[in-house]
Amino acid sequence: MSAPESVAVLGAGMHEWGKWGRPFHEYGVHAALAALDDAGVDWADVQFVAGGETVRNGYPGYVAASTITQALGWNGARVASSYAACASGVTALDAARSRILAGLCDVALVVGADTTPKGFLAPVAGERWDDPDWLRFRLIGATNPTYFALYARRRMDLYGATEADFAKVKVKNAKHGLNNPYARYRKEVTEEEVLNSPVVADPLRLLNICATSDGGAAIILTSMDYAKTKGVNSPVRIRAVSTVTPRFPNTVIEMPNFSTDSAAALAPPELTFRDSIAAGAYEEAGIGPDEMSLAEVYDLSTALELDWMENIGLCKEGEAEKLLNDGDTAIGGRIPVNPSGGLACFGEAVPAQAIAQVCEVTWQLRGQAEGHQVEGAKAGITVNQGLFGHGSSVLLTT
Amino acid sequence: MSLTSVPAVEGWFTTDAEPHLLGTKCTTCGTVFFPKASGFCRNPSCRGQEFADVELSRTGKVWSYTDAQYQPPPPYIPASDPYEPFALAAVELADEQLVILAQVAKGYGVADLKVGAPVELVVEPVYEIDGVEHLMYRWKPVSA
Repeated sequence: MSAPESVAVLGAGMHEWGKWGRPFHEYGVHAALAALDDAGVDWADVQFVAGGETVRNGYPGYVAASTITQALGWNGARVASSYAACASGVTALDAARSRILAGLCDVALVVGADTTPKGFLAPVAGERWDDPDWLRFRLIGATNPTYFALYARRRMDLYGATEADFAKVKVKNAKHGLNNPYARYRKEVTEEEVLNSPVVADPLRLLNICATSDGGAAIILTSMDYAKTKGVNSPVRIRAVSTVTPRFPNTVIEMPNFSTDSAAALAPPELTFRDSIAAGAYEEAGIGPDEMSLAEVYDLSTALELDWMENIGLCKEGEAEKLLNDGDTAIGGRIPVNPSGGLACFGEAVPAQAIAQVCEVTWQLRGQAEGHQVEGAKAGITVNQGLFGHGSSVLLTT
Repeated sequence: MSLTSVPAVEGWFTTDAEPHLLGTKCTTCGTVFFPKASGFCRNPSCRGQEFADVELSRTGKVWSYTDAQYQPPPPYIPASDPYEPFALAAVELADEQLVILAQVAKGYGVADLKVGAPVELVVEPVYEIDGVEHLMYRWKPVSA
C-alpha cells in the first residue's frame, strides 16, 4: 500500500478544560463554533459530523454526533458517533478522514466533549456480571490508577526509574501548560510538591495521576482541494491515522482485564500493542520517529509518559528517563513531549482528549501555540490508547 | 455464629485447602484462558470451539504490584469501615504464560513485594453481604 493522500486540518477549536458540570454538548458546540471560525467555514457547508461518544451522559452522549448537530441547528449533515473509550476522538476522526479520502464529502466536523464526575472514573451502574469493567471494581477493587501504577512500578524495578523521575515529568508538563489558554491547571509544580502529595496507588501519588475534566475539542477536516478554494494552499495535513487493535496474544495486562492472553500456544507478536499504535502511523505515512518535531502522548500518569516515549520510538526501552533528565523532552529540547502540558495540565475529558491532541499539534505546526511554541515544528504525532483494545495515533505535517 | 461463605464469583476458583484458579484450555490449539473462555477460541489462527476445564498453576512470579490507598468506587464493596488499603499484584504463571491480576493476601503490602518474587494463590473473605461472607482468590508472598 502506498501512502494515502493527505486531508487538511482547516480548523481547530477547543473549549477550555475544567470542572463545571454543564451538559457535555455545550462544550462541544463551543469547540465546534471555534473550529468553524478558525477554518472560515459556514456550519451550513459541513457535510459530515463525526462525534466521540461519552457513555456517562445517557442517550445524548451515546449519539454525540447527532446531539451536537442538533444543538448547532440541524443542517442535514450525515453523522456517525464512535465509542473507543479514550481513543473515541480519533476513531471519529478516522471516519471523517476516510469519507473525505473516498470522495464522499469535502468538509467534516470532528467533535468530542465530556462532562465528568469527581474522583475515580467508575463503570456504568447496575449489576453487570458479564462486564469486565464492572467486575474488576467489584471483585478486586482495581481502579484505573491500579493499572497505571503496575506499569510505573515495573519501570522502577526493571530500569531503575525513581519517584523523582516521575515527579520531573509533572514539573516539565506543568511548565509547558502554564500559558496554554485551554489547560485546566496553569500553575508551576515543584518536584517536592509531587513527592509530598498523597500516595494513591503506590508508587503513584496524587500529582502523578491525571484528573478527570470537562472539556470539548473540534477539528474541521477537509479535502486538500476544498482547502484551496478557501485560499489555504499549505494547510496542516493529516498524513496517517492509526486505529490498530492488539495482536494475539497481548501479553501486557490492560484495563479492565483480569489477565493477559496466554502465550503458551502462540508466540507473542514482535511489537507490544502500545508499540504497534504509533508504528501503524509511521508505516502508513512513510515517515519515521526521527522526523518528528514534537509528540503529544497520553500521560494518564507521569510514568506512562516515559513508557509512551519508548512506545513511539523516541528512544529504546529503559532510556526514557535519560531523555527526560537531559531536557530533551522539554520545549527547547530535541523532541518536546506534551508541549500542551498534556493530561497533567488538562485532566482527561475522554471523548475530547484525542481530538485535543490533534488541535495542539495543528497549532504547533502553524506556529500558533503562543507561550508554548516548539520553534520550527514541521511534523508531530499524537498517541493514545483506549480501553478494550483501541489504539489511536495521528501523524501530522506542515 | 459462623458465617455462610460463598465465592464472590461462581466458577473462577476452587476453595479447597490448596486452591486453584479455574480456566479453560482450547482442545484444538492448547491456548489457556482465564477467566474461562467459551464459544470460539481467541487465537486468530485457531478455529477451535471446544474447551476443557483446567486448574491453573497455584504459584507464580510477580510481574508488578501496587496498592489502593483510597477506597475504590462502587461496585467495589469495602471489607471494613473505616476503609483499609489493600495491595494488588499482577502475577506471571510460567506454564500457562499469562499474567493474572488480583489482590494480595491480607496483612501484606507493597513492602513485601518485588518484581520477580514468588507468590501463591490463597482464598480469603473479601466482603460480606447480608451476613454472607464472600470469598476471592488472592496472591500471597512466599519466601523464595
